[in-house]
Amino acid sequence: MSKKNSEYLINRKDNQYEVVIGLEVHAQVLSESKLFSASATKFGAEPNTQVSLVDAAFPGMLPVINEFCVKQAIKTGIGLNAKINKRSVFDRKNYFYADLPQGYQISQFKDPIVGEGKVILDMPDGQKEIGIERLHLEQDAGKSIHDLDPQNTFVDLNRSGVALMEIVSKPDLRSPEEVSVYIKKLRSIMRYLGTCDGNMQEGSLRADVNVSVRTKGSKEYGTRCEIKNVNSIKFMQMAIEYEANRQVDLIEEGKSIDQETRLFDTKKNETRSMRSKEDAHDYRYFPDPDLLPLEVSDEFINELKNNIPELPDDKKKRFIDEFKLSPYEATILVSDIDTAKYFEEVVAKMGKNKDMKLAVNWITGELFAVLNNKNLEISQSPVSAKNLAILVNLIKNGTISGKIAKTVFELMLDGDKDPQIIVEEKGLKQQSDPKAIEALIDKIINDNREKAIEYKQGKEKLFGFFVGQAMKVSGGKANPQLINEILKKKLQ
Amino acid sequence: MSDITKQSLTELVENIKDKKLSSTEVTKAFIERSEKSKELNAYVTEDFTSALDKANKFDQKPNLDLKLPGVPMAVKDLFCTKDVKTTAGSKILNNFVPTYESTVTDNIWKEGAILLGKLNCDEFAMGSSNETSFFGNVQNPIDKDLVPGGSSGGSASAVAGQLTPITIGTDTGGSIRQPASFTGTVGLKPTYGSCSRYGIVAFASSLDQAGPMAQNVKDCALLQEVISNYDPKDSTSIDFKRNQYSKELTNNIKGKKIGIPKEYRVDGMPKEIEDLWQKGIQYVKDCGAETIDISLPHTSYALPTYYIVAPAEASSNLARYDGVKYGFRAKGENLIDMYEKTRSEGFGAEVQRRIMIGTYVLSSGYYDAYYLKAQKVRKLIKNDFDEAYKKVDAILTPSTPSSAFKIGEKTNDPVSMYLNDIFTVPVNLAGLPGISIPAGHDSKGYPLGLQIIGKAFDEQNILNIAYAMEEKINFKNKITDWWIK
Repeated sequence: MSKKNSEYLINRKDNQYEVVIGLEVHAQVLSESKLFSASATKFGAEPNTQVSLVDAAFPGMLPVINEFCVKQAIKTGIGLNAKINKRSVFDRKNYFYADLPQGYQISQFKDPIVGEGKVILDMPDGQKEIGIERLHLEQDAGKSIHDLDPQNTFVDLNRSGVALMEIVSKPDLRSPEEVSVYIKKLRSIMRYLGTCDGNMQEGSLRADVNVSVRTKGSKEYGTRCEIKNVNSIKFMQMAIEYEANRQVDLIEEGKSIDQETRLFDTKKNETRSMRSKEDAHDYRYFPDPDLLPLEVSDEFINELKNNIPELPDDKKKRFIDEFKLSPYEATILVSDIDTAKYFEEVVAKMGKNKDMKLAVNWITGELFAVLNNKNLEISQSPVSAKNLAILVNLIKNGTISGKIAKTVFELMLDGDKDPQIIVEEKGLKQQSDPKAIEALIDKIINDNREKAIEYKQGKEKLFGFFVGQAMKVSGGKANPQLINEILKKKLQ
Repeated sequence: MSDITKQSLTELVENIKDKKLSSTEVTKAFIERSEKSKELNAYVTEDFTSALDKANKFDQKPNLDLKLPGVPMAVKDLFCTKDVKTTAGSKILNNFVPTYESTVTDNIWKEGAILLGKLNCDEFAMGSSNETSFFGNVQNPIDKDLVPGGSSGGSASAVAGQLTPITIGTDTGGSIRQPASFTGTVGLKPTYGSCSRYGIVAFASSLDQAGPMAQNVKDCALLQEVISNYDPKDSTSIDFKRNQYSKELTNNIKGKKIGIPKEYRVDGMPKEIEDLWQKGIQYVKDCGAETIDISLPHTSYALPTYYIVAPAEASSNLARYDGVKYGFRAKGENLIDMYEKTRSEGFGAEVQRRIMIGTYVLSSGYYDAYYLKAQKVRKLIKNDFDEAYKKVDAILTPSTPSSAFKIGEKTNDPVSMYLNDIFTVPVNLAGLPGISIPAGHDSKGYPLGLQIIGKAFDEQNILNIAYAMEEKINFKNKITDWWIK
């Protein structure tokens, strides 16, 4: 059976099952202060040091919307090619928990700030469009800490009231791989926009994963289970794989799937039932009477639209059109805003006579390898874009060979040294004087008369030997092109 | 100067400004009378020592340009007051001392007034008789064993009994106007959004509004001028041009059109209420105003609508009292057990009843039938008023369907208790200003009030009408000081 690259099916006896996945991504809004209070939002602060009377729900305290967070949500909506709703409503989602001081979470239920949109995924076998159902703003809860004391639970309210964007996808995802690409794409878009730092370790990005299965070709959706609060792409993939297989097994056994909320146990690599549909909370949503409906004007939205930076899809298109990069190269370079920034700086610093291909190869080759080894982000690169551009130019204009460049690059890693200075200091400049190279080659031919004769008699493989000798004698500095030309002439 | 406590706020301010009275003298007088009036149970928390300190400080360096220079004042215990216990009449906040001040009380202190203490009220302002307070009944100074009304019962009792020259209450469904009516005092519920809700313990956020309670209309206007401001800390606060209500007060209401809504002539309303209303109509005519019969067709739906909307919001607003962060906490086996015990022991029966009603009407499957429908009816009620105000400048109605009742008389009949709010509730649902003024007595000699309802932000107009009527009515409250031995 012919199978597309990304098609992910679960096979059992005679049946093939397709997996249907929808994500509810919770992205922390990049903002100095919380959604309805002026408290700080810094990660890793001492417990309960970033809590206002509003966040702790003291009597008579009232929420006041943080306009910056509204702008961030709208910008994200624009980045998701989504409809921005000029009127949205904050609702209360009521439930009791120790780390939920108000006894309700302020969220948006019926009227979210952002409506339908879409995200384009670059899959190995082409592009795929994933529908966005909605994006809404809501408060985060605090944190319950159960493991500090055998008797008591401690509560840290630093996160209480922090602004989150919940981005709900349509059930358009079909494989763990697509989920991975989707999350990375969302993260990329938000980082371009500066609306979420996308830091999954710090919990800035996490997701509830809805999984169902159906026989391939079926149009009906199966019963879905929601896997709550998964905080890494790897875990999402593992959870989907486990959950899809669990559901398929149930169907194969003739059993039915219960609609329920499940938890993913990262240690055991399995999902476990948390609560069934019958036990589902009745959140008693109703419009928050402390807040008026949120109304934004066309002007307000347009002002934000006009200041949206170039986003990954557009940047990719421009890299292909303007810099003649392949779609593959462009995808890699735009996937992360810092990589794109680095690349563009290299391009700018290379000046007029630039070799784009060479620059791309150096970034995705040598530089990425170093970053990978040292476990660094490109924003922490030991070699600045400026110096990498100089290095590429040195290769391009023949000052050094590609081989020497690698030596120079190694030396640059220590303190981001200017490659021109390294070349000067170490005397690594390429020997490009034809007379000097001619003299060098005359000497080599003279020293290896027999081999020269053998070559002339037809043993053409020996050409490599002479090139090697020339490089060796020149300490690798001789211009390989000139060596070739002169050798050919002399050995005729 | 004798009988300081018999003076109105306006008189006291004048006397202090004219240096005929010091803040200390006035404060002492009210403290002394309050000390002798414990039987009324008007106070939950007395702050007398601190009040005298402040009065003393004021007198040393008096700023006589302020609107309430050195005037002592007790306030309803629903306003959060910095460093002074704030209970909302509930056991669950019995130990709660705010570190912050409500905007409304802050405005009052900034104009030179001095806190005497915190006044009793129905628990979380839920009640019409002050009988749901954790701190016990409040006696009406009019007569022993008579309720002062509610929920601002302590406030009404304290003003009528002259324990404070003036006070502030809150009004969610009539909690200022009904007790004012029961005690022969003046109470104004301002337009929703006129006074900030910041720092007021919330009952029903879309209805709650603070307002002044006074012995006369002029005092009421002066305090309204002080407490009303646009406050960015309350998202529902409205930025509109506020009048200098007391300075602009006039009894000239010639040519004003006053609406008389036929739907307020409810079944079973005592004849003396109907008679009072007719007298009121005559008074406004005597003042040169014109009365016009109008219709507010959805009036009869107001009470059921209110008893869905208010408990719904309350059930959510009161979720924060869970024993975790502040206030009363009962011991429990686990978190759920602690919640259940804390809230069962910490809340009284009426509060629990309303939390249950509110939880029910918001539940999935019932939301559309109750909460959503109530919101739609609320809009229709507001539309009724909008229609009426195309023809009239204000509306005149009785404040309550009866005079004050006996303590315990309606305790076991919540519906009959709720019916007390029948004339006041539509005003909250529509977000309009309403004022109750004493207009006469019933056969037992108990005061009866008339209500003037205005257009949104038109407090000045209803204050003017009330001021003109007050002159004609010439009401005298029959206070015998029966509780002072």
